[in-house]
Amino acid sequence: MQRLCVIVPAYNEEANIEGVITSLKQVNPAWKVVVVNDGSSDKTAEVAATTGHAVVLSLPCNLGIGGGVQTGFKYANRNDFDIAIQFDGDGQHIASEIPKLIAPILEGTADVVIGSRFLSKSKEGFQSSLARRFGIHLLGAISHCLVHQRITDSTSGFRAYNRRAIALLSQIYPVDYPEPEAIILLGKNGFRMVEIPVVMQERQGGHSSISGFKSCHYMIKVIVAMFIGSLRPPLPPKAF
Amino acid sequence: MSEFLQIIQDNRVQIFSILGSVGLFLFIVHLIQRRKLKEEHSILWLTVFAFFIIISVFRPLLDVLAKLAGIYYAPAALLLFLILGILIILIHYSIIISKLSEQNKNLIQEVALLKEKIQPGKNEDK
Repeated sequence: MQRLCVIVPAYNEEANIEGVITSLKQVNPAWKVVVVNDGSSDKTAEVAATTGHAVVLSLPCNLGIGGGVQTGFKYANRNDFDIAIQFDGDGQHIASEIPKLIAPILEGTADVVIGSRFLSKSKEGFQSSLARRFGIHLLGAISHCLVHQRITDSTSGFRAYNRRAIALLSQIYPVDYPEPEAIILLGKNGFRMVEIPVVMQERQGGHSSISGFKSCHYMIKVIVAMFIGSLRPPLPPKAF
Repeated sequence: MSEFLQIIQDNRVQIFSILGSVGLFLFIVHLIQRRKLKEEHSILWLTVFAFFIIISVFRPLLDVLAKLAGIYYAPAALLLFLILGILIILIHYSIIISKLSEQNKNLIQEVALLKEKIQPGKNEDK
């Protein structure tokens, strides 16, 4: 029996977090739900704790999504989980898609599985705005050039990782907007990444972390980080 | 006596620059002594000020260095060396800040993991 934990990064998500935890437990009560409360100023931690179905890791300061998710990887690594799922706390990911996401890891055909909005022909669910889709495709093209693995949804935060990937990412993980950078890190170190078509919902409440001027800054920062990341030599195999 | 005053009058620039760089050098030493500045972070400052003490004592040295670098106007070379020294110190501080923020991140994560550990199962389904 594979032990699975679901890492739910949450920053000021008191409106959504309870629904997210309940939906995860409904699909499989055996999954360990780990909510990483990233220094929220609202009642995210209390709401998550009172459900009684989640381990709550409360960061004393706000670290940003990457630092939060990495706390989850450290938890998964220290507590010997076989699979870690990264699952957003804002309600945009759908819990019943997790079995599909972990299938390639269980079969041993992939180390990392990414849920992609853009793989299914029908284009159902939330597809994001035109500008964002352009940005995502650009990042996808860059990561394809740099690590030769085709990723259509490089900013997707709906991912599954096996033990080796957990061990690596608990040591090294980008802090600010980590998803596209993590693809370079994993690709450079020879991890097999696979994408699975998933449906995402528009967020239920609260605010997105990226908008307006920030998105321009984000694109520049991420692209620079991806190129420099691809210049780094692979880590020695004993590192993970 | 008036001869001595004349020498001072003619070498005002040199006197000011020696006083300035020696003063700053001693100020850094003073800060280290009072443990307000860590030795490892002060080596660069001491090096930069020592360099300025040397070129203010041996004034022709600046002309030699300027000529070596192909700079016709020696004071421009002085500014160049000053800016280079400051740039190196700034980069040094960027490295230190990056290291500190990485350590800080690890500490924050560790606090969260340990907090959960000392209250085992408090938030968990039993």
